[in-house]
Amino acid sequence: MITFQGVHKWFKSLHVLNDINLHVTSGEVLVVCGPSGSGKSTLIRTINQLEPIDKGTLTVDGMDLLDKKTDINKLRAEVGFVFQQFNLYPHLSVLNNIILAPTKIRKTAKRDAEEQAMALLERVGLAEKRNAYPSQLSGGQQQRVAIARALAMKPRIMLFDEPTSALDPEMIGEVLAVMKDLAVSGMTMVVVTHEMGFAREVAHRVAFMDAGTVLEEATPDEFFSRPKHERAQQFLRQLLTPMHCECP
Amino acid sequence: MDQFFNISVIADNFTYFMIGRFPNGPLGGLGLTLYLASVSCVLSFFGGLILGLLSISRFRAVRYPAVAFINLVRGMPLLMVIFWMYFLLPALFGKVAESQTVIMALTLFTSAYMSRIVVAGIEGIPKGQTEAAISTGLKPWQAMLYIVLPQGLRNMIPSFVNQFVSLIKDTSLAFIVGVSELTHVGTQINNRTMAYPTEIFVFIALIYFIVCYAFTSLSRWLEQRLAWRKAI
Repeated sequence: MITFQGVHKWFKSLHVLNDINLHVTSGEVLVVCGPSGSGKSTLIRTINQLEPIDKGTLTVDGMDLLDKKTDINKLRAEVGFVFQQFNLYPHLSVLNNIILAPTKIRKTAKRDAEEQAMALLERVGLAEKRNAYPSQLSGGQQQRVAIARALAMKPRIMLFDEPTSALDPEMIGEVLAVMKDLAVSGMTMVVVTHEMGFAREVAHRVAFMDAGTVLEEATPDEFFSRPKHERAQQFLRQLLTPMHCECP
Repeated sequence: MDQFFNISVIADNFTYFMIGRFPNGPLGGLGLTLYLASVSCVLSFFGGLILGLLSISRFRAVRYPAVAFINLVRGMPLLMVIFWMYFLLPALFGKVAESQTVIMALTLFTSAYMSRIVVAGIEGIPKGQTEAAISTGLKPWQAMLYIVLPQGLRNMIPSFVNQFVSLIKDTSLAFIVGVSELTHVGTQINNRTMAYPTEIFVFIALIYFIVCYAFTSLSRWLEQRLAWRKAI
């Protein structure tokens, strides 16, 4: 479904992606983790060309992203993207946020698009918020609407770029529950996250990145119990046992 | 009383100040000032929008000429543009009414400034909005039309009104090519009556002030009405 072969990317002199080789099969959930600045956000953003790559080959759903003839807009319609900052459209209601792309791109009739949007809102548990504006929703609710908006295009792949990092702790669960539900339904997913509980429970594979390279790729079981790379061991130690714990 | 501030010169010529010789002759005075300002305003809104969008286009072939034009006009006094249009348009298209050449000049001049407001308004919308839109498959122009512009235009309203108020005052320069707007009418009456320059020009200043102040207040009211719930 998604294949990286020798992918490189530079920001000026900074080598953000260094020889990435990854393969995600249909229906698979891949969690990408690693310290900040390791290139995981850039990696996931290359999959729908929010960041173009400089070298190598990247194939998504049978389309070669470096081929000039590839219609990038068409590719993006098949790939849902969920942002850390939600990025809902503040001037549109929840329902209009969701139906915009289906009515403009898929030419779905407004009534049908609204029906499908309601079904999606039902699925993320926000049917009663259909006429609300984004600013009237909590962070967790906004992120669930953002997921519904991405799903409205019936994508074949869903990408999540730190979807819970901007949320208050008590709202993380509701978003992860929606994502888990999606994973169980067989969606192909790439998730950048620090939620190791989610990775352990839902992911089929975990990729650990540092300094622009994928250092380790393993099943969650292997990765969490026997991380091979020293950098990964260090990362997990810091994540699982906070160093500064001042208990009252 | 007569020596101090003569109201009768205003009262006697009041209709002439307001509408010139209309309806028996062409529109003049304040009426013409407002006509020049509003037509130029509408035209330069679209002109500014188009120029602004062109000047941030991905394609150099359109971006460079747009930027060059904007910089050229912004580096020129308005009076120069008025002269240019006054002599250039008749040379190109034969007979063109003076007021039309002035509208053209005001439109070109104000469009260049409006375009900068448009660009600032667009750039003020977070990049994530465009990214979210194109990630759902919308084409870049659709993201601009449905997501960025509707939000950006609301933010631009105060600057637009500001520009419009400038435009109202700039119409007084039409006086130089003999278009009988408010200032020109004032000088005419002053030349005819000879004795009351203070009265006449204080009155004209007052009218400009009232009109401009009304629009500034309107903008404040509009801003409050359109202040929609901001996200995050």
